[in-house]
Amino acid sequence: MKENPIFTLKARHRILSFKGIIVILSLFNVALFVISLGIGRYSISPSLILNALAIKLFHIGGAVGSTINTVIFDIRLPRVIAALLIGASLSESGAAYQGIFDNPLVSPFTLGLSSGAGFGAGLAILIGGNELVIQLFAFVFAVISVILSIVIGREKNESNSVTLVLAGFIVSSFFTSLISFLKYYADPYTKLPSIVFWLMGSLSNITMKNILINGLIMIVAIIMLYFLRWKLNILSLGDEETRLLGENPKKLKYFIIFLSTLLTSLSVSLSGVIGWVGLVVPHIGRMLIGPNFRKLLPVTILAGSFYLLLIDDVSRVISASEVPIGILTALIGTPIFIYIMWRGKYKW
Amino acid sequence: MIRVENLAFAYNGTEIFKNLSIEVNEGEIFTILGPNGSGKTTLLKCIERILIPKSGNISIYGKDIKDYSIKELGRIISSVPQQHRITFSYTVLDIVLMGRNPYLDFFSLPSERDVQIAMKALEEVGIAHLKASPYTEISGGELRLTLIARVLAQETPVVILDEPTAFLDFKNEFLILNKIRELKTKKGLTIIMTLHDPNLAMRFSDRILMLTRGKILAIGTPDEVLTSENLKSLYEIETEKMESEGKSYFYPKSPS
Repeated sequence: MKENPIFTLKARHRILSFKGIIVILSLFNVALFVISLGIGRYSISPSLILNALAIKLFHIGGAVGSTINTVIFDIRLPRVIAALLIGASLSESGAAYQGIFDNPLVSPFTLGLSSGAGFGAGLAILIGGNELVIQLFAFVFAVISVILSIVIGREKNESNSVTLVLAGFIVSSFFTSLISFLKYYADPYTKLPSIVFWLMGSLSNITMKNILINGLIMIVAIIMLYFLRWKLNILSLGDEETRLLGENPKKLKYFIIFLSTLLTSLSVSLSGVIGWVGLVVPHIGRMLIGPNFRKLLPVTILAGSFYLLLIDDVSRVISASEVPIGILTALIGTPIFIYIMWRGKYKW
Repeated sequence: MIRVENLAFAYNGTEIFKNLSIEVNEGEIFTILGPNGSGKTTLLKCIERILIPKSGNISIYGKDIKDYSIKELGRIISSVPQQHRITFSYTVLDIVLMGRNPYLDFFSLPSERDVQIAMKALEEVGIAHLKASPYTEISGGELRLTLIARVLAQETPVVILDEPTAFLDFKNEFLILNKIRELKTKKGLTIIMTLHDPNLAMRFSDRILMLTRGKILAIGTPDEVLTSENLKSLYEIETEKMESEGKSYFYPKSPS
């Protein structure tokens, strides 16, 4: 009987119940949502924000100045929504990926997605594409990189997770060198900084317009993946037992990869490469509630949206000029990951 | 009910068996005996359609298993695998509930009715009190019972058990086989299992298949098949048949 020690982290001192964690995380999200609309160069008090929201949504309460309305609804709201959605998407896909690959070091970027997206965005910048073209290219090449990894890593008889991870590594390296190639040929005064900045990830350019389509598809995909949480549990018993329980493991895996890829590609096309979220947050979720996907997925979704919104807030207020969020997620993510690794060491 | 015709199977060119034909009748306990590497598990996995044979046919209810979808097959055959990979600390009830999967739509979760069926299965094998325990922390015997409960929750007419007594102590192997026979009688299940102990096979089987290097050595009722000669060709060991109070059993002789 093989035991994967990674996933048997015991529920030591688990003080909170599942429902308790869900309620608390939801409240955290709501509170941070309101606070996030207020903080920044132009500071707005929470009561004023609630007032503005009440007028906008229910047409009740006192009038609010137009500057405040612009700052809240045109500048900050799209960004806050994007942070919530992208955080949830990356984290949920990360949890699903770690589950189907049976590997705790896997993230949504394992199949070369971020490098593919980076190359697509870089290419679009180089040919002078606008915001929308960059978004489209990033999305398309993100999807292409995953398809390439699957084609290369596919084994004749069984879908072997290790070869798939290896194929992802190869594809990722391939696109990384293509990115270097683009950087080398890009105009160092105009194009190169844009490419570098895109690769560091940022939520600063998000508008309501470009989040609308992505956001809607993301919500649908988040919900679909959420409803597969029970199937993810079955899949964790291995391909043979999944079959014995009347489910096609290959089909199921590819469908979950499809949904995760969709979520991650849409996220990355909006924000650039934001690393470490999809790797770290599922582990935080597992620490909070354990590895049963039925509970892990909802906790991971809520923890992920909160986590990314919090980091984006930090990136906005930490200095006069913004720090790219991709740098912060890595800077904050690594120590958290080390902590999880050490804390769980006795069980790894 | 289950007909295996001219089955041939090879792992990367190594032939496990060929021209194997057997038939399993409805409502019987069909036990496969054979030394390690004789092809028992391979045969079971072919019937489960986890392994695809090189040639030959397997049919259930007169229909080739190729023509069943995975989901349909999941409603006909359920199985307690020899090796169960323990991953997450699911509760015992969670594991048994997974047996309801062939009846669920792609995006749905088990309903209240599925929970009731799973609970009934737990009661039938007598471990309802363990329902909330993490199944990573129960004993080997309880784990087998959990997997048997899962098979019951799957509500299939055919149940396959690959070495249901593996890793079990003296008492538990007896209890499990007793439970299997009881459930077979009560529900009219068709059971195919592999065992290592001829004495347990004698006691709990309706028919026995002796398999050695992919060939059928003998097939028939325990009385017909279990002889010292057959056991010698099967396991290459001398045995002595003992009889007591109308029951017989085999005792291996020390090598001389």
